[in-house]
Amino acid sequence: MPEKTMVEAIRDAMFEEMKRDDRVIVMGEDVGEGGVFRATEGFVAEFGEDRCMDTPLAESCIVGAAIGASLNGIIPIAEIQFADFSHPAFDQIVSEAARLHYRSNGTWSCPIVVRTPYGSGIHGGPYHSQSIEAFYAHVPGLKVICVASPYDAKGLLKSAIRDPNPVIFLEHKKAYRAFRQDIPDEDYTIPIGQAETKREGTDISLITYGMMTHHSLKAAETVEQENGASVEVIDLRTVSPWDKERVLESVKKTGKALIVYEDNITGGFGAEVAATIAQDAFEYLDGPVTRVASPDVPISPYSGILEEYILPNPEKIAEAIRKLAAY
Amino acid sequence: MTAIKEAIKTHGLTEKQLLQMLEKMLLARALSVRQRILQRMGKGPMTFSGEGHEAAQVGSAFALRPGVDWVFPYYRDVAVAVTIGMTPVDILRGFFARRDDINSGGRNMPSHFSHLGLRIVSGSAPIATQLPHAVGAALAAKLRKLDEIAVGYSGDGSTSTGDWHESMNFAGVQRLPVIFVCEHNNYAISVPWRKQAAIENVSIRAQGYGFPGVSVDGNDVLAVYGAMSEAVKRVRAGEGPTLIEAKTYRLMPHSSDDDDRRYRTREEVEAWSAKDSVAAFPHQLKELGVLDDNAEKEINDRVNHEVDAATDQVEQEPQPEAPTALRHVFVEEERS
Amino acid sequence: MVSVKEIQGAAGLSGDQLLDIYYKMLLARTVGQRERMLNRMGKGPFAVTGEGHEATQVGTAFPLKPGYDWVVPYYRDIGVALTIGQSPRDLLLAHLSRADDISSGGRNMPSHFSDPHLRIVSGSAPVATHLPHGAGIALASKLRGLDEVTIVYTGDGGTSTGDCHEAMNFAGVHKLAVIFVIENNQYAISVPTRKQFAVEDVSTRAEGYGFPGVTVDGNDVLAVYAAAKDAIERARRGDGATLIEAKTYRLVPHTSDDDDRRYRSREEVEQWTARDPLVRYRGWLKEYNVADERKLDGLHEQAAREVDEATEEAESAPTPKPESALTHVFVED
Repeated sequence: MPEKTMVEAIRDAMFEEMKRDDRVIVMGEDVGEGGVFRATEGFVAEFGEDRCMDTPLAESCIVGAAIGASLNGIIPIAEIQFADFSHPAFDQIVSEAARLHYRSNGTWSCPIVVRTPYGSGIHGGPYHSQSIEAFYAHVPGLKVICVASPYDAKGLLKSAIRDPNPVIFLEHKKAYRAFRQDIPDEDYTIPIGQAETKREGTDISLITYGMMTHHSLKAAETVEQENGASVEVIDLRTVSPWDKERVLESVKKTGKALIVYEDNITGGFGAEVAATIAQDAFEYLDGPVTRVASPDVPISPYSGILEEYILPNPEKIAEAIRKLAAY
Repeated sequence: MTAIKEAIKTHGLTEKQLLQMLEKMLLARALSVRQRILQRMGKGPMTFSGEGHEAAQVGSAFALRPGVDWVFPYYRDVAVAVTIGMTPVDILRGFFARRDDINSGGRNMPSHFSHLGLRIVSGSAPIATQLPHAVGAALAAKLRKLDEIAVGYSGDGSTSTGDWHESMNFAGVQRLPVIFVCEHNNYAISVPWRKQAAIENVSIRAQGYGFPGVSVDGNDVLAVYGAMSEAVKRVRAGEGPTLIEAKTYRLMPHSSDDDDRRYRTREEVEAWSAKDSVAAFPHQLKELGVLDDNAEKEINDRVNHEVDAATDQVEQEPQPEAPTALRHVFVEEERS
Repeated sequence: MVSVKEIQGAAGLSGDQLLDIYYKMLLARTVGQRERMLNRMGKGPFAVTGEGHEATQVGTAFPLKPGYDWVVPYYRDIGVALTIGQSPRDLLLAHLSRADDISSGGRNMPSHFSDPHLRIVSGSAPVATHLPHGAGIALASKLRGLDEVTIVYTGDGGTSTGDCHEAMNFAGVHKLAVIFVIENNQYAISVPTRKQFAVEDVSTRAEGYGFPGVTVDGNDVLAVYAAAKDAIERARRGDGATLIEAKTYRLVPHTSDDDDRRYRSREEVEQWTARDPLVRYRGWLKEYNVADERKLDGLHEQAAREVDEATEEAESAPTPKPESALTHVFVED
């Protein structure tokens, strides 16, 4: 099996789907020359400019035109260059894509994928760093995926492209080239809405997603080596719909829940996870449902010194694990 | 007179077609009137009126091929919907929010027209958000090499939105088979055109997108039909989009929740009522010898009967089952 | 030596002013080059600069009243910031995200210029979101009865956004004292203008908003200056907005993260390098005897010295305190 980075896995997923189904196209800014993160490298040579289409710099129209094209037999992947630039398209995503099927009583539907790099840790400043999953997880009618590893990215992107619903596909940009993973040669998909237990454990359930999965795994190793607290790390992978069953099952086993996310703490997606655990696993809990997240300041300042201060990292997560383990 | 004859000759319209146009205009008018009455009787919470826009709507939609071309209407387009083929029952089920409402099953407001088979696409309430969809449908037609046209309708207020601009620009760059029809009635609810834009004719903006724009008398159904036919020809010839600005007037308040006396003088409304296309067009047809009093009565009776029958039928129909409110958040089956 | 007042094309500028314009252009070029060099040395993680745009930037900013008129720049506008009065030190403190960075205290990316005293307004990275701010500032000036002028800058890609349209339409309706400058360098990162709009001159759109639009050679600093001066005078006397499209070329990649060889031929870049606005203006200054070689070389040395000193100062300036990241989410007093 070849080793791939996440951006390579994403490229392969789109490439293979475009080969498999000629209705699939990519549209966005700079995608024609390969995209600013190189996710569509070589696509114009293979598929032509019509199927890998540079659009004008207009995010609302990128998503809106993708919706319209999806009504007429095309399966568009709309690339928004950075998640931070998706906000002009908020109306098209929330009021149009997410509501079209419902408002037409199940008549119309728009199978589109909105792909966009999100997340911080790359000196992106306040406009190349935002986490936007909580905005969209709040909206019925959208599926929201957060990936930060090559294998998951490829399998989930294929599922997103094949899904009959609008899917927001968030790719953690720090994970694009941070590590490689074996990717099978044969076609595979990962079901949307299925979490994965990345590490088994017995004392604490750590629920996370995105780049924080990697930091959490590091922290779990550190703490286990220190004092033997055994942490189970669950990567949600999809935040809407999310895998409540697996999370609740794990919490019922360990009795303690730590939720880690990169976004601002208030109203972040982890708050929903915490509320569900508090409601549905109350009698199993041996400690407070705990969250590690960024403080409520715009994510993230450009200066590396300021950015590091804000973001959760393995040390901060380890500290929270120790505290919760000792409870 | 001569002008009408000339227009008819140019467009190759038959007498039968002229009478069809008239009937669609009268039907749309009757449906608007009926909905306003029903709303005042407390039978539906909300209504939008298209009264005054009939010529702009029928004239433009009549040049399209129902079920082939794509229609992205806005909430005033009752005459577009009936011209493309929606029935009074379809429209009134939307008004009464009945179970079998083909538009939305009682989910969307009335006059948010939708019909899969007729390719009339469901819209929302935020202004001009349907225009990127029209552009996208046209893009798909281009990519798939299909002989289909998409038409995006909106009002004068829409021309100020970002989506309007982004749609025009993208359509121009890709030379898409799309036609934008701006039903310019001089008011975005209460805001007059002079506060909306600093120009007389919004059609001049088309030059900035690399395609033609025309302004027509939106109360002259044949003039609108002529402009639309030209635009259709251009699309078919691969020459890309056209912006048509049809200048007209809404004779009624914006919606049943609006009181237009706050922002329009009665003199102004009366002056425009005198130019009402629904009154003027039968007169023109009579002068042409296409219509006589008997035929006119026949059409009016048919329209009224149809609207009466539809009202009686739909009022008796069942409401949606409450738990259906939970359905259709997501597509429930696999995609083909 | 002829008086510069008599030189056709000098737009009524004095000899000192003509040389000041040249110096600002030199300074902008030098700061841009310095930032890219510091980035390659690993001292700043990111650089976005404007080499090639100097005539457009200095030419449009020069007729403004610094600290009185409002400036809403975009991320390529080093020449604008310096002309209005930011110093190379200000820009380099931002590049190295030092504690005393006046633009953002190390929070925003470099080249996101801000200085309240100079009325240079902080911007974001999403394109053209600041155009409505420009219209709003001008609206406030109008409501308050002030004869301030607002100038807003964006690139050719900015013209496709909804915000651009909404801002221009609003400025037209209210006849606002705002000038929209489109620095048309023919590329939005990699996307050429033929994929951005289906017209030759985007300035033609102004007619659709009810105000004039002009297209100028953005590499001819005096032509740009003349167009800007006209527009500013119109705005100040209450005749409303103007759209200025300055056609130019970015001689360097979009940012330090971009490789423009993927989308621009070297021949094309060379052709535009031959039209470098600094070289062109230097030639003009010599041709009309505004300055001789020695004088102009002296200005080059002065600019290099000023940027060297600013670099040293910025490099030795303290970094922000980590916990300062928590301040200024809300107004604190």
